[in-house]
Amino acid sequence: MIKQIREPLIFELSAKGKRAVRLPALDVPETKGVLAGVPARRDIPGFPEVSETEVARHFTRLSQKNYCVDLGFYPLGSCTMKYNPKVNERISGLPGFAGTHPNAPADLVQGNLEVLATLEKLLGEIAGMDAFTLQPAAGAHGELTGMMLIRAALEARGKARKYVLIPDSAHGTNPSSAHICGYAVKEIKSNETGTIDLDSLAQAMTDEVAALMVTNPNTLGVFESDICRIAKLVHDKGGFVYMDGANMNALTGIVRPGDMGVDVIHINLHKTFSTPHGGGGPGSGPVGVKREIDPFLPTPRIVAKGDRYELDFDRPQSIGRVRSFYGQFGVILRALSYILTLGPSGLREVAETAVLNANYIRKSLEGDYHLKYTTPSMHECVFSDKSQKASGVTNLDISKRLIDFGLHPPTMSFPLIVHGALMIEPTETESLRDLDLFIDAMKKIAAEARENPDLLRSAPHVTYVRRLDEVKAAKTPVLRWEEKG
Amino acid sequence: MLARIGIRSVDELFGCIPGNVRLKRDLKVPGPLSELELVRKMQGTAAKNAANGVLSFLGGGAYDHFIPTVVDYLSQRGEFVSPYTPYQPEVSQGTLQAIFEYQTLVCQLTGLDVANASLYEGATAAAEAVLMAQRVKDRNRVLLARTLHPQYRETIRTYIKNLGIEAVEVPFTNAGTLDPGALSRLLNDATCAVVVQSPNVFGVCEDLKSVSDAAHGKGALAVAVIAEALSLGLLEAPGSLGVDVACGEAQSFGLPLGFGGPYLGFMASRKDYVRQLPGRLCGETTDVEGQRGFVLTLSTREQHIRRERATSNICTNQALCALRATIFLETMGKEGLRELAWQNVQKAAYAADALEAVRGVRKKFSGPVFNEFVLEFSKPWPAVDAALRAKGILAGLPLAPDYPELRNSALVCVTELRTKGEIDRLAQALKEALR
Repeated sequence: MIKQIREPLIFELSAKGKRAVRLPALDVPETKGVLAGVPARRDIPGFPEVSETEVARHFTRLSQKNYCVDLGFYPLGSCTMKYNPKVNERISGLPGFAGTHPNAPADLVQGNLEVLATLEKLLGEIAGMDAFTLQPAAGAHGELTGMMLIRAALEARGKARKYVLIPDSAHGTNPSSAHICGYAVKEIKSNETGTIDLDSLAQAMTDEVAALMVTNPNTLGVFESDICRIAKLVHDKGGFVYMDGANMNALTGIVRPGDMGVDVIHINLHKTFSTPHGGGGPGSGPVGVKREIDPFLPTPRIVAKGDRYELDFDRPQSIGRVRSFYGQFGVILRALSYILTLGPSGLREVAETAVLNANYIRKSLEGDYHLKYTTPSMHECVFSDKSQKASGVTNLDISKRLIDFGLHPPTMSFPLIVHGALMIEPTETESLRDLDLFIDAMKKIAAEARENPDLLRSAPHVTYVRRLDEVKAAKTPVLRWEEKG
Repeated sequence: MLARIGIRSVDELFGCIPGNVRLKRDLKVPGPLSELELVRKMQGTAAKNAANGVLSFLGGGAYDHFIPTVVDYLSQRGEFVSPYTPYQPEVSQGTLQAIFEYQTLVCQLTGLDVANASLYEGATAAAEAVLMAQRVKDRNRVLLARTLHPQYRETIRTYIKNLGIEAVEVPFTNAGTLDPGALSRLLNDATCAVVVQSPNVFGVCEDLKSVSDAAHGKGALAVAVIAEALSLGLLEAPGSLGVDVACGEAQSFGLPLGFGGPYLGFMASRKDYVRQLPGRLCGETTDVEGQRGFVLTLSTREQHIRRERATSNICTNQALCALRATIFLETMGKEGLRELAWQNVQKAAYAADALEAVRGVRKKFSGPVFNEFVLEFSKPWPAVDAALRAKGILAGLPLAPDYPELRNSALVCVTELRTKGEIDRLAQALKEALR
């Protein structure tokens, strides 16, 4: 498409009386006096009136202003932007699934309950946990659920405790989730290898600490090799180990969190299990637990009775619902389809190839970009802009310049312990050619940073819009269209 | 690749994992399946859902509505399905402009000033609204209408349990609406919000103006939960009735029933509270050439900046569902949405009359309804239900599990998709069941 074409807002295309949809005539006799006494609206001021052609062109044009995985390499670190197999879309859209009402009695939705029970069991096997709930709607929702479970388990033991320990490399949702669960957060400093410092942990780990929230591999892409000792330290003081499973893509079929002492884990189906990210959701954040925590899982639980499935609401110790109905069922179907497609060998190959790809990129770019932590990388590697600082170029400029090469930039907003971070996660679905295209672009950009830094600072140059004024957006927020005059 | 990295086998890359915990066997998962095998298998699983082919009058927080083809067609484009959150606005203008349009549509429908980019679904949206009211008012008591969907109330309770917020329930009258006398007795200076659903869990429209006035009288926020978003096409906007925060479930706007998810939580508020809103916000700005563009903004409210002091822990939300709602609403348009809502009211009114004409059936509540209503039967519900199911009909959702006082009652929902013939079939079957 031509860069200069601007797409108006739909409201600016609207003209009185236009319609895209005709409904069948009402087939029941009209009842007079319905909604008597209820204030009705005369109009929805400004609401659009357009034709179907206009809707179709509007969204087709908008779609062309998006970069996406289907278009190319998307190494957004910690987000696992792998290719989404198309058959999974077909499965989730099967009318036999998509048309089912969540209030239908259990005996009429046995297929759906089988799907839920099967995925719970398979995730349990993959993560080494005793039970899973599929209710949480996203990773952060899983974290919140997980922390509520830990709190409930501690209360059942006698005392909820006060603190949650979180490494300084953690994603921002971790402290936020712990806080909403009523815990105060204590930060644990990382050591020079980018991992949890055992001495600091030992000092912080008192009988007032409810849990350690750990991401493994952590946000540097580094495996916490001391995980078993860490877990023992936490368990010895009566705490629980919560694992943020955002980076599970490095581990499938290689090692199971439950085998390394993890008590509670959430898994992002939209990362490891390839369900599409949808421009920011829907995701899904199932939570797995060890046996002690099982009684506290959200209700209802799905239980097998012979070859039938039933819903169990009678769980007196349950934390209760964390949302309506059963979870992101459409996402759950995609994840189940993905696991069945890959099988055991495929799942192991996912982790192997993801880790291989990340290490290939790391080795190839080591001479061009600064690597703060030289500890071995798993599925992602975190460079920084330190080597480019002399030219006045930041990670933001490098990222924006990557767009000119037809590539998506890496993650920049964290980990906070690497200033000017460039967190690169290639995933396993990229070919050697794609990796090399990215590596070549990064090398050219490193050279440009030395020779022509303005080219980076003014990037991107090829997009529909150029660099946007985010300060203005926040200072004088315009959060909706309004009719002029 | 191995040579470049300087290793001989991929296994060396996993040397950082302690050997004693490494998995030394294959995972016990089925597969691998080819695409054809997978499709066959999953079609077989779907066929085990006996609900397919049953004539259903189920509602209660999930609604069976028409979805124009253009919604599926456009929303399934890979450019919308396969990117992530628009952290890089220059290559995400499609998603961002769609979110901006979505926020505008939600503001227009609710009559409020600002709307966020989406929340998970209705129940968590209601819970986030309670947390928001607590922050705005710095008060630790919330009143929940007992006519608020039981799953929403339960979710709110799960969320507030560890935060020292007390929830008190307000009973309902014979009209099936919030009891105003009880509301004024229970409201006090410690109350941060009154949370009321309209149309409520019985399908009855609440008097949002009176509830808002009562809440404001004690300095509390009025929070309106809308579980059937289609009602906004016809009923007065909550913002015009004094409501401060409107939130709920927008599944009716182009999302399939899908056994309960993914759905679409929405939230809108008066602009005074914009910095206390949870979730993403998209805002308009300009690029270096002065061209209009859109970015995620006011992110200092959010977890990736503010960490434990964020307004919410939400990160990934429901962008693709919000896109579907946007396409749906823009396709329906001003008149189409109104007509669709009107047809729901009319079909429900016809059905209520036709069913109430059956001997042994009585409308439980006298209040005005949108597209669902509660019927009480002269015979025990299990017997009625069994007789109707034998004829391939699901007449509605029994209420006794959540409202023990509503024995032998069911919530019946009639959307535009139910034909006159289907409604008459239900009436006839009911007549036979109650004979």
